[in-house]
Amino acid sequence: MDAFQFSRTAIETPALRTQLADPACGGYAAFEGWVRDSNEGRRVRALEYEAFEALALREGACIVGEALARFGARRAACVHRLGELAIGELAVWVGVSAPHRDEAFRACRYIIDEVKHRLPIWKKEHYLTGDSGWVNCERCAAGAVPAAAGLPAGTHAGGPRR
Amino acid sequence: MSAQASAAAGAAPGAATLYGLVLAGGRSRRMGRDKAALTYGGRAQLERAMALLAPHVERAFVSVRPDQRAEPLRARFAQIADAHENLGPIAGLLAAQAQHPEVAWLVLACDLPLLDAATLARLVRARAAGRTATAYRSSHDGLPEPLCAIYEPCSGEPLRAFVAAGRDCPRRFLLNADTLLIDEPNPAALDNVNTPEEHRLATTALPPQDALDSAPAPDLRHITVQYYALLREQAGRREERLASRAATAAELYAELAQRYPFTLARELLRVAINTEFRDWPAPLADGDVVVFIPPVAGG
Repeated sequence: MDAFQFSRTAIETPALRTQLADPACGGYAAFEGWVRDSNEGRRVRALEYEAFEALALREGACIVGEALARFGARRAACVHRLGELAIGELAVWVGVSAPHRDEAFRACRYIIDEVKHRLPIWKKEHYLTGDSGWVNCERCAAGAVPAAAGLPAGTHAGGPRR
Repeated sequence: MSAQASAAAGAAPGAATLYGLVLAGGRSRRMGRDKAALTYGGRAQLERAMALLAPHVERAFVSVRPDQRAEPLRARFAQIADAHENLGPIAGLLAAQAQHPEVAWLVLACDLPLLDAATLARLVRARAAGRTATAYRSSHDGLPEPLCAIYEPCSGEPLRAFVAAGRDCPRRFLLNADTLLIDEPNPAALDNVNTPEEHRLATTALPPQDALDSAPAPDLRHITVQYYALLREQAGRREERLASRAATAAELYAELAQRYPFTLARELLRVAINTEFRDWPAPLADGDVVVFIPPVAGG
């Protein structure tokens, strides 16, 4: 499995999880980002993801490699959806296996944070009111500073699971 | 917005924002051909003038007559159409001030092929935002050069009164206004071109490379630009191949921002060349694939 990949169809997490199994690992952590029905006070109907895939695939693989090296995790992977997603769908998945839970938690957190900051992936929100907007682009274009990139904008933490 | 606009905008605290206006609404009667479309170094004069303005202004417009809006060369740029007929160049400035009364206007005629980057930069540096206008004193007759000049927001009211009084000579307006006059560093820079003979002379007077480009030997480079997300929507395309004299990624964005209604300042973007993140001063080479990366929002 590629360390970072895109998917245009629903992400099948059980198969992904199986691929991270490792007899040397006693801990597994995963993060799921879900499509939320509101963002910054607006009711969201659907989301659309677009990516500069060639660069994102390379940079995404780098991020996973960095997480393994930095935190001593054994295996890690990340899958990001593209295209139109409905409320509640899984938008991004990160899984990490490591000898102990601390490495797994920290590597998982590192990967999702870096993915959100560094990868050329864009999210368009379609609102219940019928209009739409590119997250982090529309308001800063009107003269404000770019939105803080560290906060989950359209996703919910599924929570690291064991 | 121009890529380098922030540098110029930061120059004079409290000064009004500077917008650019290239006057291309003339009838080119003596030339017998559209002066905006005359080429120098292979590039239309309107395009050269817009590129020259770009580093100094927040936004740039081409001033047109209403019947010129769809003309292909002019249609590539943001336009402001005249509301007055037979008023000459003042009509363009009046329309621009009516649309954006709060900004100062750097006005350029479309028949100044010898105007160089240094001359324009000097005007912008010398700008006296507390006065009505800043202009060059002609090296020929000592009078103000009204069509390479900066008009502050406070010029709007006296200019409308001037026109209401039946007058239309912008040079006379500057003479009677509180105008800062400065000397031209290059006496030929503001020679205008009105006839085929003057066009021929200007073409031979220009150095072999395009005089407007600051980089040495600014060859045409064939660049592929790919657009994503908001920029894709604003450019109305996913990809295009173009021939550009832009020497760096920053210059290319400034050039494209003149052509498309981009709302994102360059400071908010990153750039990739051949699928590598690069810095804005990165030089461009023939065949490069360039992607401007809007603020990201994965996850």
